[in-house]
Amino acid sequence: MDISGQSGKKRLIKAHTPKSRHIKNLSLAFIFGGIICALGEGLLLLFKSIFDEKTALTLVSLSLIFLASLLTALGVFDRVARHAGAGTLVPITGFSNAVTSQAIDAKSEGFVLGVGAKIFTIAGPVILFGISAGIIYGVIYYLAGLLF
Amino acid sequence: MNEITSILLSALAGGVICAAVQLLIDFTRLTPARILVCLVTLGVVLFAVGAYEPLYKIFGAGVSVPLLGFGATIGRGVREAVGEVGLLGALTGGLTASAAGISLSLFLGLFFSLFFRGRAKRM
Repeated sequence: MDISGQSGKKRLIKAHTPKSRHIKNLSLAFIFGGIICALGEGLLLLFKSIFDEKTALTLVSLSLIFLASLLTALGVFDRVARHAGAGTLVPITGFSNAVTSQAIDAKSEGFVLGVGAKIFTIAGPVILFGISAGIIYGVIYYLAGLLF
Repeated sequence: MNEITSILLSALAGGVICAAVQLLIDFTRLTPARILVCLVTLGVVLFAVGAYEPLYKIFGAGVSVPLLGFGATIGRGVREAVGEVGLLGALTGGLTASAAGISLSLFLGLFFSLFFRGRAKRM
């Protein structure tokens, strides 16, 4: 193979790198997200055979929160998340990871204004906007109930 | 619907949601925190307009495990509480329904911070 052919090949590789990185990110997010949700469904089926559906759903969330929190503390979660991207961020595992990693990173700043405050860096906004949206929905639902 | 089918459907829905969010991360300036906030709010909205429950019936954990499901839990809690106690339920329902997840997550964060050190130390 001649030199010009090689540089042409290199140019081609360079031109396609960003695209292939996006495709890789997309595939990994799909695969990891799919695996976590499949695990969730497996747990849901298991818990539904013992408890009612609402309890089963709560237990699935709690199991995944526990797992993600433990793996975060052990340093495993971040290593996987670096590749999985949205695949580990989007499921409830991402919320749990954000809470635990903020908490252990803030330890050196003390327990009250370090861990106690920083633990809400991600959890705070999520809870705030989730609950606020819920309140607005509740008021609309109540008013709609009065009208119809 | 047998178990294998429901697990595959969950994996499919969960994978598609995560891939869609990955596109948002790669092609917009949305930070992970903003994405989580958008997902939980979207979950409340989807539940409110009645789109969440049909999706949940088909895809199960595929839509309940993503943070959308957390929003939907808040929405469901609010609707049930308003049904039971009226307008006060708009204030009590959301946190009551999501209390278990929030409490466990916060407690584990504190608990593990007692025994593990963060990135600063490892670097």
